[in-house]
Amino acid sequence: MWRSTIVLKVAMAISGLILVLYLLAHMYGNLKVFAGQEAFDGYSHHLRTMGEPLLPYAGALWIIRVVLLVAVILHIYCAVTLWRRMRLATAGGGGQRYESTKARRGNQRTYASFTMRWGGVVIALFVVYHLLHLTWNTISPGGASGSPYERVVNGFSIWWVVLSYTVALLAVGFHLRHGVWAALASLGANTSQRRRRHLNVLATVVALLITVGFLIPPFAILFGLVG
Amino acid sequence: MSVNLSNYYVDGDPIADSSAPDVPLHETWDQRRFDANLVNPANRRKRTVIIIGTGLAGGSAAATLGEAGYHVKNFCYQDSPRRAHSIAAQGGINAAKNYRNDGDSIQRLFYDTVKGGDYRSRESNSWRLAQISVEIIDQCVAQGVPFAREYGGLLDNRSFGGVQVSRTFYARGQTGQQLLLGAYQALERQIAAGNVEMHTRHEMLELIVAEGRARGVVVRDMVTGEIETHMADAVVLGSGGYGNVYFLSTNAMGCNVTATWRAHRKGAYFANPCYTQIHPTCIPVSGDFQSKLTLMSESLRNDGRIWVPKEGGDTRHPRDIPTAERDYYLERRYPAFGNLVPRDVASRAAKQVCDEGRGVGPGGRGVYLDFASAIERMGRKAVEAKYGNLFEMYEQITGEDPYEVPMRIYPAVHYTMGGLWVDYDLQSTIPGLFVIGEANFSDHGANRLGASALMQGLSDGYFVLPPMISNYLADAPFEEVGPDHPEAVAAAEAVRSRIEKLLAVNGSRTVDSFHRDLGHIVWEYCGMERTEEGLVKAIDLIRELREEFWRDVKVTGTNEELNQTLEKAGRVADFFELAELMCIDALHRDESCGAHFRAEHQTEDGEALRDDENFAYVAAWEFGGEGGKPVLHKEDLVYQNIQMKQRSYK
Amino acid sequence: MNITLRVWRQPDSDAPGKMHTYQVADVSEDMSFLEMLDVLNEQLTIDGEDPIAFDSDCREGICGMCGLVINGLAHGPGKNVTTCQLHMRSFADGDVIDVEPWRAEPFTVIKDLVVDRSSFDRIIQAGGYITAPTGTAPEANSIPVNKADADAAFDAATCIGCGACVAACPNGSASLFMAAKVAHLGLLPQGQPERHSRVLDMVDQHDAEGFGGCTQIGECTAACPKGIQIDLISRMDRDVLSAIAHRK
Repeated sequence: MWRSTIVLKVAMAISGLILVLYLLAHMYGNLKVFAGQEAFDGYSHHLRTMGEPLLPYAGALWIIRVVLLVAVILHIYCAVTLWRRMRLATAGGGGQRYESTKARRGNQRTYASFTMRWGGVVIALFVVYHLLHLTWNTISPGGASGSPYERVVNGFSIWWVVLSYTVALLAVGFHLRHGVWAALASLGANTSQRRRRHLNVLATVVALLITVGFLIPPFAILFGLVG
Repeated sequence: MSVNLSNYYVDGDPIADSSAPDVPLHETWDQRRFDANLVNPANRRKRTVIIIGTGLAGGSAAATLGEAGYHVKNFCYQDSPRRAHSIAAQGGINAAKNYRNDGDSIQRLFYDTVKGGDYRSRESNSWRLAQISVEIIDQCVAQGVPFAREYGGLLDNRSFGGVQVSRTFYARGQTGQQLLLGAYQALERQIAAGNVEMHTRHEMLELIVAEGRARGVVVRDMVTGEIETHMADAVVLGSGGYGNVYFLSTNAMGCNVTATWRAHRKGAYFANPCYTQIHPTCIPVSGDFQSKLTLMSESLRNDGRIWVPKEGGDTRHPRDIPTAERDYYLERRYPAFGNLVPRDVASRAAKQVCDEGRGVGPGGRGVYLDFASAIERMGRKAVEAKYGNLFEMYEQITGEDPYEVPMRIYPAVHYTMGGLWVDYDLQSTIPGLFVIGEANFSDHGANRLGASALMQGLSDGYFVLPPMISNYLADAPFEEVGPDHPEAVAAAEAVRSRIEKLLAVNGSRTVDSFHRDLGHIVWEYCGMERTEEGLVKAIDLIRELREEFWRDVKVTGTNEELNQTLEKAGRVADFFELAELMCIDALHRDESCGAHFRAEHQTEDGEALRDDENFAYVAAWEFGGEGGKPVLHKEDLVYQNIQMKQRSYK
Repeated sequence: MNITLRVWRQPDSDAPGKMHTYQVADVSEDMSFLEMLDVLNEQLTIDGEDPIAFDSDCREGICGMCGLVINGLAHGPGKNVTTCQLHMRSFADGDVIDVEPWRAEPFTVIKDLVVDRSSFDRIIQAGGYITAPTGTAPEANSIPVNKADADAAFDAATCIGCGACVAACPNGSASLFMAAKVAHLGLLPQGQPERHSRVLDMVDQHDAEGFGGCTQIGECTAACPKGIQIDLISRMDRDVLSAIAHRK
């Protein structure tokens, strides 16, 4: 039962929605870049002192990190398991298993639904790169710095950094366009044809909000509006 | 009569049903059940019952006998028991619940059934059918069959052709589907429980009769071609009707007579083969390539009005023909029942107006079924709610929108009242061979009323067969008969040699071309209207064509594979033999009754004219041997509770 | 009109198959798609070639026996139709039409366009029923059913078990088939006692048969000849969660 396709989908849905909530918070933080270096670095520091003295220094942040890590691992584990079942069920062909090439796009499926799996891989790779760059500062295009604000501004002043970030965000947008709808439906929220439309509108709104929200700071930096 | 009938058949001894107890009609079934022997639950596991077919009759019987603890082996030619052709029944199922308080009762359902059958059915059987109808609805609702309901949550009813009360329960236009799925699900539960062994894609090709009892069947695995022998203590045929003898009918492509015909050749009498029902509301034929005809539910006649132009050759668009120039011929001829006359009457009336040259559509074989006044009266939405799926189906097939243009309909072969002769216990003339549902002849006489086929299938399968087969099996164990018994070996050998023979012909014509020609002959001469001259001619034509079939048919491939041509060839070969018997039966029945309309016998108004003096009997035919003449056994029909009279729907 | 067909030919389940091209001349637009194949088969038979094997029975869209992938779409173009209801008026003179069997691992090809769908029966065996032995039923009107529920149950119950949902699903999932039965029985008062065990057992059987999972793409519902809606899958998911929460 716990390994049934439906339970796996529910686990994917819950972990995915946790990540969406995190993205919304993250986006809010990013937009602080417009408030200047002090505010941005202060916010960054606040994340570590949040919850004190009930929690130790960086305690809340670590809790968030652990939750995120578990969510990501669960999400990927379920995705890989379900992907393998899809491969087994369709002799590896998936939606392209017919000889006919006349309906490669199916009846009605969206581009977003096509790109869930490879889009997911792109996002995972980007997250690693993103952590190396802005969290751990292991790689530092534009120059390393102790100030998060400076790391951000230095990085996004370079066109190819912005470009790679944009590509990743578009992947996130598509992933959310289908993912948010699918997650809510898998959790039982799709109760009628009308609701199906509503949930799809909601998914589109969330996807657009997050994509645009994340893309505003880097482009603002690139065009010299910040820093 | 100018023809010498003794050229076609010989008279045999009369036959009678000896199993219905001699008590007042309404006590018959209770008394029969009380008299029946029982089988100890512990012994049931040791008794094997073979059931052919998984429709409403076969499926419900298999589920019920499995539940009772018998070891059931169930066979169907489809890939799943859920696909049996009962699934296509649209309109509904009758039951004498009297939920409408409109004067219905078991007695009235019984009366309507016997009258609708033009006084050619057995009183005891028809009464039992009406009595059990009430239990069927209860059973189906408990299984979760989603019947139509009123806003208060209670079951809805509608009226159906040939009656004046509302006693038909329905699930939109898909009642057969929903009832069958109920039986199918009950059956699947028994398969999971290990009580029923299901064999899909298996076709019965021979019956095994050993030591005087039906003891098994020979089947062909339609995927591998393997010929298998299965033994049992009793065999039940629920294999449906033989309407496909006409090639074009509302039956499914695979419906066939082989199971019952093979049993007939082994000694089971075939009763009233000429009683074939032509359904009035089907979509007309559109071309030579046509493979089947599609029925539009009879329920459409509740709100649709049937008409043709008053003048022949009127090619105006139907909407441009003013009311004064239309002939609503059913309403004109039958003011009391109007468009709701029984099927045989409605079909014949359509044929008559087309014969007069007033038919509509390509070829002039069609009449209008018009919903304009219903849409005006109830609104398009209400019509859509009631008949939406039927309208869609019509549009898919014809490309015309029935909300805008009246439907064109024409009669088509739909159901066969004839079938293997059975007694009150549903046992054929071969001990241990039981026949249920459309495959037997018993309940509908010469014409079946709408919404009664589903009732009979489920009545036989759920409620009648189980106690009667227990009664039979109470005498078991019978003699030890295994697959190596000479009769079983011979049966399997017969199947193999027949297949080899079909494959060896290697002629130049396809099976379908023969089937189509056979269908034309039977439709032309043994269809809605029969004459002595035509039937004599038909018998000759059938014999010639049959001879040509065995000389010139082309069956490709081998036995050891999925070979759909071979399957069809075997079925058509049996249809040839049946077609001849149908025509002989129609020829011998020198009267008109119900669906059997002999042009020589009609009233001044063109209605069927019975001859109760000479023909108030069931014609049960015994196989006369290869090349021999069939033997006629008559079962007299005695009416003690109903007075026979001329049917009138005016 | 004249049509070119590319048809999947495969002698049996073990042999490899491939697409084979045929010409069909003088096709009438009033023919159904299967009647067009009948005409081709008549010609093949006369020519001594093996006719194309395909399943069909009622040919009026209710038995669920037929099912072809036509031009890459389960049951071909057109909404709410089975293959047998598809007519040649949906095509044009000179068209090249691709015809293939349902493809999914649990649906083994038996020959040409014929596949094995017995997995569907086993899913029903696992729990797709209401236990009501013959003779035990209470009087029919003693169980009133709210009309909206009865209608919704009917809508779900119209599933014909053809397998188009699986054939169309990029994941090879039978979720829509299963969800339709779960909803039909779960919406009715008679179906409540077994509601939880039913859904868990059916889902387990579905997975054991080797069908894939649902990713809510909706190709199933678009291909479904009976217009079964995808919200039933969501309903089934709720039932699974509720069943797990109430497990004893």
